[in-house]
This record gives sequence, structure tokens and C-alpha cells, in this order.
Amino acid sequence: MIAYLGRRLIQSALILLGVSIITFALLYLLPADPVRQIAGRSATPETVENIRRQLGLDQPFFVQYWRYLMNLLSGDLGRSYIQRSEVTELIVSRLPASLLLMLGAIACEVVIGITMGLVAAVRRGSKTDQALMVGSFIGVSAPQFVVGLLLLYVFAVRLGWFPIGGYGTWRHMVLPSLTLGILGAGWYSRMMRSSMIDVLRQDYIRTARAKGLARGTILFRHALPNAILPVIAMIGIDVGIFMGGIVVVESVFGWPGIGQLAWQAIQRVDIPIIMGVTLVSACAIVLGNLLADIVAPFVDPRIKLR
Amino acid sequence: MSKEKYNEKGNTDMKRFLASTVAASALALMLSFSPAAAQEEKLDPNAKAGGEITITYKDDVATLDPAIGYDWQNWSMIKSLYDGLMDYEPGTTTLRPELAESYEISPDGKTFTFKLRQGVKFHNGREMTAEDVKYSLDRVTNPKTQSPGAGFFASIAGYDDVAAGKSESLSGVTVVDPSTIKIELSRPDATFLHVMAINFSHVVPKEAVEQYGADFGKNPVGTGAYKMAEWTLGQRLVFEKNPDYWRKGLPYLNKITFEIGQEPIVALLRLQKGEVDVPGDGIPPAKFQEVMGDPAQKERVVVGGQLHTGYVTMNTTMPPFDNAKVRQAVNMAINKDRIVQLINNRAVPANQPLPPSMPGYDKGFAGYAYDVDKAKALLAEAGHPDGFETELFVMNTDPNPRIAQAIQQDLAAIGIKANLQSLAQANVIAAGGDKAGAPMIWSGGMAWIADFPDPSNFYGPILGCGGAVPGGWNWAWYCNEDLDKKAAEADSIVDPAKAEERYKMWSEIYGKVMEDAPWAPVFNEQRFTMKSPRMGGADNLYVDPVHIPINYDYVYVTDVQ
Repeated sequence: MIAYLGRRLIQSALILLGVSIITFALLYLLPADPVRQIAGRSATPETVENIRRQLGLDQPFFVQYWRYLMNLLSGDLGRSYIQRSEVTELIVSRLPASLLLMLGAIACEVVIGITMGLVAAVRRGSKTDQALMVGSFIGVSAPQFVVGLLLLYVFAVRLGWFPIGGYGTWRHMVLPSLTLGILGAGWYSRMMRSSMIDVLRQDYIRTARAKGLARGTILFRHALPNAILPVIAMIGIDVGIFMGGIVVVESVFGWPGIGQLAWQAIQRVDIPIIMGVTLVSACAIVLGNLLADIVAPFVDPRIKLR
Repeated sequence: MSKEKYNEKGNTDMKRFLASTVAASALALMLSFSPAAAQEEKLDPNAKAGGEITITYKDDVATLDPAIGYDWQNWSMIKSLYDGLMDYEPGTTTLRPELAESYEISPDGKTFTFKLRQGVKFHNGREMTAEDVKYSLDRVTNPKTQSPGAGFFASIAGYDDVAAGKSESLSGVTVVDPSTIKIELSRPDATFLHVMAINFSHVVPKEAVEQYGADFGKNPVGTGAYKMAEWTLGQRLVFEKNPDYWRKGLPYLNKITFEIGQEPIVALLRLQKGEVDVPGDGIPPAKFQEVMGDPAQKERVVVGGQLHTGYVTMNTTMPPFDNAKVRQAVNMAINKDRIVQLINNRAVPANQPLPPSMPGYDKGFAGYAYDVDKAKALLAEAGHPDGFETELFVMNTDPNPRIAQAIQQDLAAIGIKANLQSLAQANVIAAGGDKAGAPMIWSGGMAWIADFPDPSNFYGPILGCGGAVPGGWNWAWYCNEDLDKKAAEADSIVDPAKAEERYKMWSEIYGKVMEDAPWAPVFNEQRFTMKSPRMGGADNLYVDPVHIPINYDYVYVTDVQ
């Protein structure tokens, strides 16, 4: 287990290094000049070159990257080109909001997805099953921007149940979590349904039925723990999917997380922030996957870490 | 991003603007100290003191450092936190002294002496002096500050040494005594008082800048009407009334809360629920017709002109656009009325580089009327009877691709096949600054908005030879040295009696530009702001041409007890 963890951690570090090189190179190759974004349109060419020199952006790629990497290893993500604040401070101040939103989304997708999948599996072939699967299909395919605005309009503007965007109380959390979680819920319900159907066909379930166990006991004690395994493995991977989703959802709901920060930084070619958010997201994804792998043997003793 | 992203910088009606600018220029050029009594504040008799309002913005407030801030959100905030030597009458473009009590200009137009107001205190309690003014000017021009506005101060003597890093201090700026500052220029500059009113010249206290270092922009200390009470990154900023503000009776509001990260559509919904007083990003295009079609909502919309022109640049160094006839043909081929309709009449058609509310705008200028047959004939004369194929670059956010498609269709009608290159803003800017980068660019989303109300502001960087350099903003790569000379001549006219003559020279310059037709001017955008029913104050405060988007110092709420 320890050897496994050590190996995985080294792998993770290598992945992060790779992500940093690739992102840095892509931003370097971007046909847009960050210095001109900083200098503004009234700047003379001399001013532009002055700023370029000060930021070290006149240096060759590898010099720039090496400098960035050395700062990174000492925990310094640099200063934003546009906001001129420490990137670490900007990310740290926004990270809790994003994590909270992701937790909310995980809760939504697990509860909704598993319930829908379970019901659909048990009522396989019925009208309920069909309706649920159409619903999950819509959940998977609807753009989050549209879902978010729709929920906002119906539940916040028309019905007034929730605040119109913003951040602070649990009521603020419901609609954005739902919007972010709905995609996952769609996947989970489909996965849960097929996994459950598969389990219900197994011999041990037939045995349990033959023993005359109550239907509820069979479903929840014997079938569910096995059927839920693939779903749990997915949660870790979800973190990566969420990283894309939060950019949209946070913008729609005015949720002060790192997705919003990233979106603004991309529009302004604010390279230090884009790098910082990318690395933090990559960390989250790597950790999410690692966590999913570590948890798996506890949920399913058939899996062994090697 | 700087302000060009949002083409919403505004202006009031044209007549007042013209009259006031003439008056301002005359005032500016009075060769004696102007009487302080003339600057007594006229308070709005209907205004009530107290209360608080909520403003929303989509994007983060980048920095509240006046030497650096240059975007839509922080422009007006900085004006409320700090003051400059000069300012404008609220809601207008009439220059007036602010931290200066009076000023004197030497007959050669090269020496400006400002007498400072006494008893003005920074938010930290210390009194502001001439040393602070000098410090602030040295700081903004120092390359280490990385100010996007440093170039505005190029006419101050000693600027070149400071910009090159050879000196830490502008030799032309002298502290005569604690309440007098003298600024010498290296050349006469008719726009210098405007420069003293721009945010970049606002006065900051040295000790606070040194205390916070690079984080001064997060901990602003100025002399302005409001001071900062709270800044929760990415969520909200709270401004509180400065009780020691030197303009007695102002500001009216006790508190302003800026909520950040709010989509314009969401902000509008919240306005309708009474949770928001002013959506800072205006009315989103998708909601525009709905709002204007509903009398109850339309009533709360304030419309104003703005110092903006949207245009198509044609790269004059790239065949076939190196032929003026081809460029003129493009001018005649574009149906501007249809494009204005396409954006729900949020603009007026343009025929010259200057917007109508700018002094120097030529009302009698006919321009190139929409005429497909004549355009075809011109193309044939230029040796392209069957047209040609080219590329039109455009920024990829609505409504710009739609506008570019309309232009594409218009060009197709005279045989020009323009392929659209729809890219992110930064990429279009990069292509424009590359001599071989872009044959044509639709300027929407990046178009020129004046930094101050003077015709010279539309020339140098975007039509002059100085801007036709790699990384410059003269995307037409248009360089007419005769016109450059004329422009310099016009800007050296400092005699108040000759202000009209100067504007006329500028009209002629732009007339000549249009003969060469490096641009096809398309429209001038209007600004539409919405406010909650409880907001009070003159309409022009909500489309203030200088305090953009709104003038926080003078607005008030009507529902306070």
C-alpha cells in the first residue's frame, strides 16, 4: 500500500510537471501579447518594451519556464498581470467557494442519479423507466448555461424560492449545485441503472430471492452495495469534469470561485492566473483520481492496490 | 482589459458638449489665476443625504491604483476615491479645477502653474500638498509602475529620461511651495489640462504607496468623496462616505456596495426585483428589445451619446488595399443603416472618424454615401472589375460576428469575397499590430473610445504615423506625414481665441484622412444605462461622459427619511 502510494505520488508529480510545461508552452505560443494588454492602447512602443523587459517576457521560452518553475517550487505563483495581486492570494480567496459548490454538486448528482437509476432498474421497461431515461438524456445533453438560467428564472425570479445568484447561505447554494450536478446525475442514473440490472441478474440475488428475503432487503442490502461501485469510482473523475463546469456555472450565478477567476483571466490573457488555476485544477483532478483509487478496495474487497 | 472592451463610454447631448468645451478651452487658456469663488459647489436642492445603493459588475475590479486602473469597472470608482488637479462639471465635459484652486498658463503655453486647494486631507488624515502632486506624477511615469497611462504625460519636460529609466523624477515638475506646483512642458500641448484630469494623474500619498507596495491598488488611499470600507476578493467592494471630503455636502450617499461577478442578465433580473440599483454593465443585448418594449422598464433607461466610433480598417500597405480607390469602394459598399438596425438601433451611422459629440466633428461632411453601382465602378477603375478575395478579422463576441457577416454580404455585392476570421480580442489586436497580419479588421469590441474629449485623441495612435508600428494601434498602417505635421501644428495652438481655429484644423485633418479612406467608419455607439426607481439626480449623471459608467459622487436615493 505504501509503495503503491509512493509510486502514485511520484506519478502525480510528473503529471503536474507535464501539465505546467504544456500549459506554459501553449500560453507562450498564443498569438496574443500579454504585454500589450497590460500596457493599454495609449502606451508607446518604448513603454511596451519596458514592461516586457521588467516581466522577463523578452527572455527565451526555457528561461521563462525555468524561472516560473523555480518560483513555483518555492510556492510563488507570481502576480497577476492585470489585477497586480498575488495569484496565490486570488486563488486561495476563491477556492473555498468552488470546493463548496463541488460538494453541493456531488451531493446532487449522487442523490438524484442513484435514485433515478435505482427506480429505473427496478421498473425496467416500464413507462417510468422510459421517462427517467429521457430525463437523464436531457440532463446529460443540456448546456449548463441554459440549465442555469432556466433554473434561475423559474425558481428564483418567478417562484422566489431562492436568491437570484450570489453567495453566502445554503439557499444560495441550491441552484448552482443543481446546475453543476445535473450533468453527472444524468450519467449516474444511466450507469446505476445498467449496473443494477446487471447485479439483479446475478446468482446470489436469485439465491436471496429464493430464500424468501424481503424485496427491500435484497435491493438495499445485497444489490445496492455492488451496483454502486462503478458510480463511486466516477466521483473522483468528476472533479475533472466539474473544473470545466464551474467556469460556466460560477459565471451564471455570480459564484465567487476559481472558475470565474479563470474565465476573466482567459479573456484578458492574464497568464499567471491562467497558469495558477490550471495547476490547481490539475492538482484537484490528480488527487480526485488518487482518492477514488484508494477508496475503491475499501468499498470492493475484490480490488487490490498494486 | 482596458476600457476598449466595452464600447460604452458616454457623453451627453451635443449642443451642451460643444458649448461647454469651447468655454472650457477659454477658461483653460485664461492667462491669470481664475477666481476660487467660481468653483463653489452647487448642490442639488432635491438631493437627500444618506442611504445606500447596490451596483453590480460582471468582471472583477482589477486594481484601485489610479496609476494603473484602466477598465470599465474601476474607472469611475477611482474617480470617487481620488482627485486630480482638474476635473469636469458633473455629467458634462466642461473642465474645472478640482484639487487645484486656480491655475496659470504662460503665454507660450509651455508652463502651467497650479495653486492647490488648502485643507484637503487624504483618507489617512494627512493634508495633501504639492509634494504629493509631484510624487504622483513621478510615480505614474516611472516604468517600474507599469502604468498603461504613462504615455499621456509625454509632453512634460524630462519625461523621456524618466521613461528610459535614467531619472526617477520629472525635471519639468517643480514644487514652488507647499500649495503651488509648476509643470513645464517640452512643447506646447493644447490638451494638457485634460491630461491633468485623467485618472492616471490623480494624487496619491507617498507613505501609503510605500506601506502597501504592490498591494496599494487593494488598499486605496486618496482624497476622494468615498473611502474604501471593505473588499472581499471576487465578491464585493464597499465604499463609505468620506466625512472629511473637501466639497462640503458631498457625497450624498453614505454607502455604495459593488457586487462583483454578476452576469448582466442576472443583474437585470435583480434590478426588476429591487435588489440592485444600477447594473454597471448596462442592458445586455439579448434583453434590449424586451426592456425597450416595456414602458415601465423603458422609463428607467437613460440614453447618452459616447465618444466612440466603430470602423473597418483596411491595411493600406497590403494590395489591393494600397489603392485608395479600392478603399473608397469599400466605404460606399457598406450599408450602415442596416448594420445599425442589426444592433437594435443602439448606435447612429458614422461617416468620419470623430463621433458627433466631439469638437471638430464636421456636421457638413458628406462622406461616402451607400452606392453599390459607384463602388463597383471604382473597383473596376482600380483594376478589379471582378472583385477579389480577402480576409476580414473580427472579435468573436456578439454582436461583432453578426456585424462582420453583414459587412461580408455588402462586400460580396460588389464582388469582394471577404473570409471572416473570428478570433479572441487579444488575437485580433495582435493581428492588427502586425504589418502583414490583417487586410481588414472590424473594430467592434476594441474600437477607439476617447480618453478625454479632444479631437486629437482620435488621431495619433490610430491614424498617425507613430501608431503604424509593430504592436501599434494603427491597424490601417496609414501614415501621411503631411497630416502628422498638421496635427502637431494644431496641438501647439494654445491661444484661447484660436480654439475654434484649432478644431477647424482638426476637421480638415479628418477630412483629408477620409479622402485617403484608410477606414470605413460604420457607426457611433450610444450608451444605455438602467437605474432603479429610487435613484435620484440628473439623467446625465447616469451617462456621465467622464465618470463612466455613473458619477457616484452626485447621485442620491429618494427614499431616505
